[in-house]
Amino acid sequence: MSSETIALGALDGGARPISERLHDWVVTVDHKKLGILYLLYALLFLVIGGIEATMMRIQLIVPHNSFVSPQVFNRLFTMHGTTMIFFVAMPLVFGFGTYLIPLMIGTRDMAFPRLNAMSFWLTAFGGLLLYFSFLGGSGLYGAGNAPDVGWFAYAPLTARAFSPGHSSDFWTLALLVSGIGSIGAAVNFVTTILCLRCPGMTLARMPLLAWLNLVMGGLVILAVSPLTAAQLMLLIDRYLGGHFFDTQAGGSAVLWMHFFWVFGHPEVYVLVIPAFAFASEIIPVFSRKPIFGYPVMVGATVAIGFISLSVWAHHMFTVGMDSAGNTFFVLSTMIIAVPTGIKIFNWLGTMWGGKIQFTAPMMFCVAFLFQFLIAGLTGIMLGAAPFNWQLSASYFVIAHFHYVIVGGIIFTIFGAFYYWLPKMSGRMYNQTLAKWHFWLFFIGFHLTFDFMHIPGILGMPRRIYTYEPGRGWEIWNLIVTIGTLVQGAGVLVFVSNLIWTFWKGEPAGNDPWDAWTLEWSTTSPPPDYNFAVIPVVESRRPLWDIKHPEDPDWKYE
Amino acid sequence: MRYSEHARSVAAKAAGIAVLLAGFLLAAKLCLGATAKSGQIPSIFNPESTPADSIFRLSLLVLSVTAVIFVIVFSLLAYSVLKYRRRLGDNGREPPQVYGSNQVELAWTVIPVLIVFILFLATARVIESVQNAPEPPGAINVTAVGHQFWWEFRYPDLGVVTANELHVPVSDASNPSPTFLTLLSADTDHSFWVPRLAGKTDLIPNHPNHMWIDPHQTGLYLGQCAQYCGTQHAKMLLRVYVDSREQFDKWAAAEKQPASSNDATEQGRRIFQTTACVNCHAISGTAAVGRFGPDLTHLMSRDTIASGAAPNTPENLRAWIQDPDHLKPGSLMPAMQLDDRDLDAVTAYLETLR
Repeated sequence: MSSETIALGALDGGARPISERLHDWVVTVDHKKLGILYLLYALLFLVIGGIEATMMRIQLIVPHNSFVSPQVFNRLFTMHGTTMIFFVAMPLVFGFGTYLIPLMIGTRDMAFPRLNAMSFWLTAFGGLLLYFSFLGGSGLYGAGNAPDVGWFAYAPLTARAFSPGHSSDFWTLALLVSGIGSIGAAVNFVTTILCLRCPGMTLARMPLLAWLNLVMGGLVILAVSPLTAAQLMLLIDRYLGGHFFDTQAGGSAVLWMHFFWVFGHPEVYVLVIPAFAFASEIIPVFSRKPIFGYPVMVGATVAIGFISLSVWAHHMFTVGMDSAGNTFFVLSTMIIAVPTGIKIFNWLGTMWGGKIQFTAPMMFCVAFLFQFLIAGLTGIMLGAAPFNWQLSASYFVIAHFHYVIVGGIIFTIFGAFYYWLPKMSGRMYNQTLAKWHFWLFFIGFHLTFDFMHIPGILGMPRRIYTYEPGRGWEIWNLIVTIGTLVQGAGVLVFVSNLIWTFWKGEPAGNDPWDAWTLEWSTTSPPPDYNFAVIPVVESRRPLWDIKHPEDPDWKYE
Repeated sequence: MRYSEHARSVAAKAAGIAVLLAGFLLAAKLCLGATAKSGQIPSIFNPESTPADSIFRLSLLVLSVTAVIFVIVFSLLAYSVLKYRRRLGDNGREPPQVYGSNQVELAWTVIPVLIVFILFLATARVIESVQNAPEPPGAINVTAVGHQFWWEFRYPDLGVVTANELHVPVSDASNPSPTFLTLLSADTDHSFWVPRLAGKTDLIPNHPNHMWIDPHQTGLYLGQCAQYCGTQHAKMLLRVYVDSREQFDKWAAAEKQPASSNDATEQGRRIFQTTACVNCHAISGTAAVGRFGPDLTHLMSRDTIASGAAPNTPENLRAWIQDPDHLKPGSLMPAMQLDDRDLDAVTAYLETLR
């Protein structure tokens, strides 16, 4: 175990010209720099996707509004969904994984540093390619030639008969390119975690974050591959006269749905399992207790990983499967509530009897628990197929999955930013701004997504650029739009806090949270080589053992 | 003071949650209250047909179970947050380090499994009863075809073709006359959703689907396309008119008649028959047999035009023919570039199609 570092000349980067330092960031294969690049890139797209969401909400603030045209609205929701899933949520979880995994398992870099760089740049260029579409057509004002087929691009809307020009090609190619990047990153995660752990760190002593990212990596390999295959099939349809999804030539629209959701459902867990990972690191530290039921948490995660591969057709309850098919997917969908419930109870068990410190990361994690509980319960409603025949493709579903993705994933990611920012930047964030961020975002989130369930129950379908007055939808849409603006204000506070931290933050020290995992044993920010001496561990909480030699964990594990 | 800050923030949070819950209750009250007043709100909690009603009853079970789970887990969360926060004057010592408990883990595994089992059985029963209901002899058969961005309804047994406004007879328990729909698509995916009558079922090209409704009350039921189908997905509205048996038979008999002709509007008829209108629209008894757009034989029997986008008034009809994009931008009907005189003549002709 080493907390001292060796002073190297290379660390003294401040003296070199800015062009050289930027060049370093472009050619780097260091997991910490690549992790930060992922995060910055994702934050840029978060702002873009947020602007798209805000524009849609302004359009829907009153019925028969004409803030944007139907064509622009359809492009906005397609770009919003595609951006937020593939170019915000994925890079955010990959960014934290890339930054943290080597530090937490006590090694000096990822298993394949060059693949790591390639994965990031493929993802980055995928996003840029998608946004190039804005430059075509009628220009930025009309959202150019941006895709307008929805983020799951159901066939045959993507066939050339219904999608002439190149808008769907931008969508397909962007996801193809970034998908290859994701698979590369996942291969890297799995290999690193399985092969590069420091001496003493058996699988049973890995931090939960490493375990959960291992499962996530496996899911990415299994889920993103079919998506990539489907994109190739779509390109063959569009350019080589194939008929996979071309219904006018006997192709199958339902085949595309299967391909997409075989990716799409595990994808939810690809995003939420890292969110669980952040919660599983943050909640114990600020409750001052080890995670409750570590082996059960690992088992539940692996179970979720496996079951999540068998639930995809619950996105397709309305496409006319027979009753046996529907019944099977009800069962597999509801079963997944069991390991998910176990995780929630174990987090509660961790807080139970602790001394909870309400720092910004912990506040975001407690809000996550509350919101993820509700998201899980609305998920059970949607999993009951007949109820789903009413709720699917309505605003209820939109509210449900935003509860998962924003209320679950984005909240823990904000928590993760505040938790590891002192490590990444070496500086402590502004605590007042962090609280403002939390409360604005929390209130905005609930104004938006609590009330968004209701128009769905009242029959409002998703993806409509306008709606009829007199159906009882007006007041809810108004509240939802106001909530969106409050959330936007919260994100602005967050971004200003990041900038504030970078310029004005107090030095954070190596271990500001009195935490227990290996990343806190090195300097903030860590040196290029992470650890001067590769650590040796004897338990799941190596820093606890050092801080409490009289009562070390390895006696009890 | 750290302690008072914590207390304040916890109190603020508790207050926020209380406000939210109150908001939910108010919302639920508004939903139910509003639906009781007006049939024009297509609420899934105000069912008027067996499939929608079975779903409603299942949803009550699911909602009660999830509400109980919510109350229990939320109470545990709130209790931990309030009870176990670090207090003022904390001695700085770490709390007892507890690593887990197999008994507790077992309990919170087995209980959810039992709940899932119950919900699964209840759900499977409703799936079976809705999806595999046999078609009784008195049923009405309708073929619904989804088009960008309108609905075609064909009654093969009655020889009736109409668009956007589905007429079905009311079905009472003593004399059930449900309507069985075969769902097809002419182009992209669509979805048939009238929340008060049934859950939605998609219309997918090359993939015929089936659903049924048996409305218990006469009246108008609103819905719309629920699967994104292209630019004007939002204005692919759907109206179901549930008529008494006599009204329905009268309606069907009238719809079966060929179009009326009237010498006063001969000029409009000639313009219609000699321009591109006939490529897409059918008017039975004339040379117009197009199927790309709605059948216009009894256009005036419908309350709306453009798939519910506008009321069927002479002014709207004229404006629609002049420039469909003005009413429904992105609709597939082209502007016919008629001059004012021809426009008046065609509108007058269409006004006679009762």
